[in-house]
Amino acid sequence: MTDIPNSFNLDGEPIPFEPGQTILQAALNSGHFIPHLCAHPEFKPHGSCKLCIVVVNDRTGASCTMKALPGLEVQSDTPDLNHRRRTLLQMLFVEGNHFCPGCEKSGNCQLQALAYDLEMFNDHFTHFFQPREVDASHPDFFLDRNRCIMCELCVRASRDLDGKTVFGLAGRGRDLHLVVNSASGKLGDSAFAKTDRAARVCPVGAILPKEVGFAKPIGERKYDETPISQLAFTCDWEG
Amino acid sequence: MSVLETAENPETLRRIAIDPVTRVEGHGKVTLLLDADNKIHQVRLHIVEFRGFEIFIEGRPYWEVPVAVQRLCGICPVSHQLAAVKAMDRIAGYDAITPTAEKLRRLMHYGQMVQSHAVHFFHLASPDLLLGFDSEPTRRNIVGVAMDYPEIAKQGVLLRKFGQEVICHTAGKRIHGTGAIPGGVNKGLTVAERDDLRRDIPQMIEWARGAVKMLEKLHLTNPNFYNRFGEFPSNMMGFVNASGEMDLYHGGLRAKDAEGGTIFDHVDYASYGDVLQEEVKSWSYMKFPHIKALGADKGWYKVGPLARVQICDRIPSALAELERQNLIALGGGKPVHGTLLFHWARMIEALHAVEVIGALLDDPDIIGTDLMGDKGERREEAVGVIEAPRGTLFHHYRVGEDDLVKYCNLIVSTTNNNQAMNEAIRTVATQYLTGREVTEGLLNHIEVAIRAYDPCLSCATHAIGQMPLEVELLDAQGELVSRARKNVG
Repeated sequence: MTDIPNSFNLDGEPIPFEPGQTILQAALNSGHFIPHLCAHPEFKPHGSCKLCIVVVNDRTGASCTMKALPGLEVQSDTPDLNHRRRTLLQMLFVEGNHFCPGCEKSGNCQLQALAYDLEMFNDHFTHFFQPREVDASHPDFFLDRNRCIMCELCVRASRDLDGKTVFGLAGRGRDLHLVVNSASGKLGDSAFAKTDRAARVCPVGAILPKEVGFAKPIGERKYDETPISQLAFTCDWEG
Repeated sequence: MSVLETAENPETLRRIAIDPVTRVEGHGKVTLLLDADNKIHQVRLHIVEFRGFEIFIEGRPYWEVPVAVQRLCGICPVSHQLAAVKAMDRIAGYDAITPTAEKLRRLMHYGQMVQSHAVHFFHLASPDLLLGFDSEPTRRNIVGVAMDYPEIAKQGVLLRKFGQEVICHTAGKRIHGTGAIPGGVNKGLTVAERDDLRRDIPQMIEWARGAVKMLEKLHLTNPNFYNRFGEFPSNMMGFVNASGEMDLYHGGLRAKDAEGGTIFDHVDYASYGDVLQEEVKSWSYMKFPHIKALGADKGWYKVGPLARVQICDRIPSALAELERQNLIALGGGKPVHGTLLFHWARMIEALHAVEVIGALLDDPDIIGTDLMGDKGERREEAVGVIEAPRGTLFHHYRVGEDDLVKYCNLIVSTTNNNQAMNEAIRTVATQYLTGREVTEGLLNHIEVAIRAYDPCLSCATHAIGQMPLEVELLDAQGELVSRARKNVG
């Protein structure tokens, strides 16, 4: 056990924390990266993507939902946990339709960046190739459900910051999908606006502004230049 | 219908299948039907690939298309990107792009010409021409060329590298870059990048010119063979600039007949549907385009280097034009149609491309920073056309009010050459196969004819010199008589 108050060990390194912080928050604040997708500092922990999985005193859990406590022994960067994370990423890739070569988000995408960072070299599983709708009814933004990973960041942003509840998830299992709160179900008929926080929170390329395509060359984008493990919480769309 | 396209009584004939013939995007096969005396009755090049990009693109936002659609090809993605972006310029409302943007796109395109022509000739075709059609197959590849002709192999590799560097500096990546976007380009050329490329121009011109001279010399060793191998008369099509000169980036459509007479000239490519028509045949997944006014039987044509050097009035670069004159002199005032002459024409274009790159790098606009044009009114429909390394490439799109593509029609160079390639192998089969036993060297004669048109069909990106072929000789009852295979399984 460490003798520093309000501190725990992460992969053998002492990590200080403020009371009430999660393990993930404390780790990131002290410059230690734990892979994550659905966690965001502006929103309540969600614990759904499970990329931030850690082992705490021999118990496995999501570090974004586990409170930091003095003396915890936390393991994160281990071959076993990274293997599990790669598997989770592989499942996300085969469940959606992620064609990075033609995606405007490429280089700014957290899913892609984590796949690179965790050395996911193939998809491993058979692709679902599920038909997913593209909603281009809004004049400023379009919704490409092919790329949605159901992290609910847009759901939380619209509900908690924009006060609009434009987005939600419906269906179960393979039929789980993002829905829009409007009579037609179309984004163009909803209260969504280009100034909403929800417009700029998607970690992948599911919600993107229209008429912006590769204005910034591939190779000069955020994660092209710096690995995600050195950038931590940065998932805003950057154009 | 072409002679040898369909036999009258196929059930009575023996069938030889070359399956698969590899190509970049998939596989093709050649089938031949022979009678008991080994007389050829039917020869077909079947393209069995199905790419499906016309449908993939439907439902996608138009601004993604130039980058997404270039994944059609690993050899000439720049051509697909530029054809698509020329259409999307119009869709997005950019009637004109800035001089710097157009020159950077041209630079990218001519870099593509150099690299693609170099890889085709040196890596894929030169083993046949330098080592012999019937030479030992295990050595008939670029490694064999490097062992016997190390200087030539080196020049080929470095010419290609130069083309790739031009693409990298303009598109951001050597393959599948993102340089051209609707309205202009996303990346300027720095002074350091320009100077880096400029330094190599004299050497590249010398090597490209040397390649043309090498083909001229090879031709002189056996002019009759080089002129007659796979020779057949045909119409020719491509585009030329307003002055009738060769321009591989932009121009109006021009078609000439087999004797050199003009069929149509300076046709706005946006109205390609007025002069061209596509036909579907039951035995191939690839369509057969033809000149509408002449009909399917007489309206098919060649595109690509041999057509381009003959439909233009001149090449607007001094060294290449001199070499073009040497080539067209073979015809004594009439067009030449020998299949192997494609290689010669291709290297003349490579020389021209290096000269154009040199001129563009000397132009002050090339390091300009005004990269995007002024946006006007959005349109629903547009066509983009470019002269790709293998021939004229059409991209036609319709985009809905919601910005999603709702129609896409692509006529790629290989499609334009579909009937011509069929005629080439029919001619070669008649010239070399009739009455003879199937051998590996004979199979390679057919490959050589296909290869002259399009490396996408002849060797694919993964099988340099190792085209998998299987030929089966069946009797009239369908029983296997003999089989020749190479690189299969």
